[in-house]
Amino acid sequence: MQGLAHQLVAGIATGGIYASVALALVMIYQSTHHLNFAQGEMATFSTYIALTLINVGLPYWIAFVLTILISFAMGVFIERVMLKPMHNASVLANVGVFIGLLLVFRNAMGWIFDYTIKAFPSPFESDHPLLGGLISGHELGSTAVTLGVLGIVYVFFRFTKLGLAMRAAAFNASSSRLVGIRVGWMLALGWGLAAAIGAIAGMMIAPVVFLEPNMMLGILLYAFAGALLGGIDNPGGAVIGGFAVGIIENLGGAYLVGTELKLTLALGIIICVLLVKPSGLFGRVVQSRV
Amino acid sequence: MTALLELRDLHAGYGQTRVLHGIDLTVDAGGVTALLGANGAGKTTTLRAVCGMVRTTGEVTLAGERIDNRATEDIARRGVAHVPDGRGTFMELTVEENFKLGAYVRKDREVTSDFEQMFGYFPRLRQRWKQQAGTLSGGEQQMLAIARALLLRPRLLLLDEPSFGLAPLIVQDIFGILRQVREAQGVGILIVEQNANLALDFADRAYLLETGRIVVSGPAQEIREDEQIRRSYLGY
Amino acid sequence: MSTSQNPLAATLAPVATPARDGVMLRILIVLGGFVAIAAVPIAFASSYQLFQLTLAATYAIAILGLNIVTGFNGQISLGHGAFYAVGAYTTAILMTHFDVPYWATLPIAAAICGVIGFGIGFPALRLGGLYLALTTFAVAVAVPQILKYKGVEDWTGGVQGTFLVKPDAPEFTGLDNDQYLYLFVLVIAALLFLMAANLLHSRIGRAMRSIRDNPIAAEAMGMDIARIKTRTFALSAAITGLAGALSAIAVEFVAPDSFSVELSINLFVGMVVGGVGSIVGPIFGGLFVVFVPNLAESIARAAPGVIYGVILILFLYLLPQGFAGFPRRIGALLRQRSQG
Repeated sequence: MQGLAHQLVAGIATGGIYASVALALVMIYQSTHHLNFAQGEMATFSTYIALTLINVGLPYWIAFVLTILISFAMGVFIERVMLKPMHNASVLANVGVFIGLLLVFRNAMGWIFDYTIKAFPSPFESDHPLLGGLISGHELGSTAVTLGVLGIVYVFFRFTKLGLAMRAAAFNASSSRLVGIRVGWMLALGWGLAAAIGAIAGMMIAPVVFLEPNMMLGILLYAFAGALLGGIDNPGGAVIGGFAVGIIENLGGAYLVGTELKLTLALGIIICVLLVKPSGLFGRVVQSRV
Repeated sequence: MTALLELRDLHAGYGQTRVLHGIDLTVDAGGVTALLGANGAGKTTTLRAVCGMVRTTGEVTLAGERIDNRATEDIARRGVAHVPDGRGTFMELTVEENFKLGAYVRKDREVTSDFEQMFGYFPRLRQRWKQQAGTLSGGEQQMLAIARALLLRPRLLLLDEPSFGLAPLIVQDIFGILRQVREAQGVGILIVEQNANLALDFADRAYLLETGRIVVSGPAQEIREDEQIRRSYLGY
Repeated sequence: MSTSQNPLAATLAPVATPARDGVMLRILIVLGGFVAIAAVPIAFASSYQLFQLTLAATYAIAILGLNIVTGFNGQISLGHGAFYAVGAYTTAILMTHFDVPYWATLPIAAAICGVIGFGIGFPALRLGGLYLALTTFAVAVAVPQILKYKGVEDWTGGVQGTFLVKPDAPEFTGLDNDQYLYLFVLVIAALLFLMAANLLHSRIGRAMRSIRDNPIAAEAMGMDIARIKTRTFALSAAITGLAGALSAIAVEFVAPDSFSVELSINLFVGMVVGGVGSIVGPIFGGLFVVFVPNLAESIARAAPGVIYGVILILFLYLLPQGFAGFPRRIGALLRQRSQG
């Protein structure tokens, strides 16, 4: 029973990471109808930036905030420079640019920071387990951070003028222009936010899985699975889906398939969702766009 | 009266297809100009050209300032509100959020009192305040679209077939409110209408468009009373 | 062939004769080109260079498979490396565990990949193109893990992989093993490219392209879009699987880490750089995938990846037709110059 409870709690902790990355994916999907296949690599790159800042001697939380700001700027820059010219291009061309970004980021990391696995510090006391061994300090802390981020993002989109404008631009670009919203900049801001959220997810998972250029690949897969499960066009659904696949992964890993096939489990979830309920649990019904 | 909007030798089109072949048109400050014509004559394209939603050549002047080939959002920020065909409301958002977006570019403090004014024009929108726009009836959506446009406090209001698909009673309602708006706000209006009778009744100046060229122009009343024009172009 | 059956060509009889001459000329050029491509390396290349060319040919076949589904049918696959892997492992397992001759493993590998392609394509193809891209990407990421799985280790060789024996050249050819294998792969590649060219000019090929260009019209014309798309996907998977099988024979070794997500991405890059929706494009793509990393690796280990990414993005911006579109692009530029 204790084992099951621990798997559940651990599932929620990793689920928070998946939920964050899923949210980042869905934010960009909603406004552009493209999936950023480079989202994972961008997050890993941000985590390397954080490690560099920490190694320079900055206190953890200052490095944390700086990394978020740098990642935000990086996201805005990528959208403005690389994706803006592609707004009217085919889906294939856009997928191609994402794949190109993935290649550049992944290999640039290998080039700059080399391929060896690196330890990444956790800001949360991790020496003694809390709540009678149920949860480690890092699990608790990272869950709090991801929940906090998700909460802030919710408040931002739900209650601020800028958040409303970003939602409007995502739903209906031409009407948004008619009320004076600068749609192009809203897309860039969305990219910035997605990159910042990804950076936080990267910094929270790195102490657990260690930092290397491939770190986010499996996480991206679970985020895809979570986004699909919750509904690819529904940010709230994607967050719930992210937590759900986190729990499924941990329970499945412990009792079903073992850790060897964790990625295959994510693939299985993706295929199951597409077969059973392609619109996801909370998504609008997907019209076959052929 | 001074001219609020002036089009001079305006050409526009989509890709290789040219739709407008040199339009000259004026909307007076506080005046109403009606643009009439058959389907495909280029009426909607004219409105889209004013808003920078299609590629154009020629001059578009708003209160003395050239606005041709500016971005749509910049034209909106200069006080041009467009109620396009298909209404341009945000279906996924609530009525409240549509109101807020209508006033998105405004920095003044009178936005809330303007909300009240809109409720005065369209009381039904107050009841639908927290409802998704997509769930409103056709008439309510048209009201929301007009309210959204007015909340910009525009100098110029572009209306694309506000009567389209609505029951006659609701159309009467909406035009009644548009008259009030015109008097209260002093906004210039350029209106495209299939229902020529209705539009000529409302407008003080009118243009008749045929395959991208203006074939008749003049005071709305004269056009309304000209039997020949009525028979050959307006078909009633 | 299709021109002579075309009723339009029959009514335009005077035009048809020069057209047929053109076809004959083309066949001669293709045949001559093939003999040159086959003979020159066999005569002059070292065995390592021959090995690289053999690999380039297998990649060209794999990219051809990908191009059929992505380029001609508009369905984006980011996971064709998975079929390459399945083809390679099928051949490896059949050769080492069942003593099946190398040539007999090829149709089996193709068939298995076709069936798997059908199975994966079926749920994803009915939805928008991005779902297929996402699903195939997930497959590509998961493949090495499945190949390493302990439950199938006896067959796959697990993390260590499996060694194969390179086939001996039949004596009557008078070639050494590397030369023979190069010729063997080249002949299969030529047959597959011819088959693909014929397919694309057939009724089915036109249906595939019209689904890519205008799905709504295709549906209105009564095409069974899901059926054509799943079958195209299956065919494409089979061709790429066959390429994988050939690569296993050429490399004499299969291991999970040769089939990581990078492989799928490389095939995708090769397709874009060669020319999306071009028959000859995959040939350039195959050469690119084999030789560019070799050149780039002399700079740094990570350099090929960075260069791949940059080249991919540059091609998408500047030369979306790929290498195959290069002559046409230059022609258009020259015509513009001469006109204005």
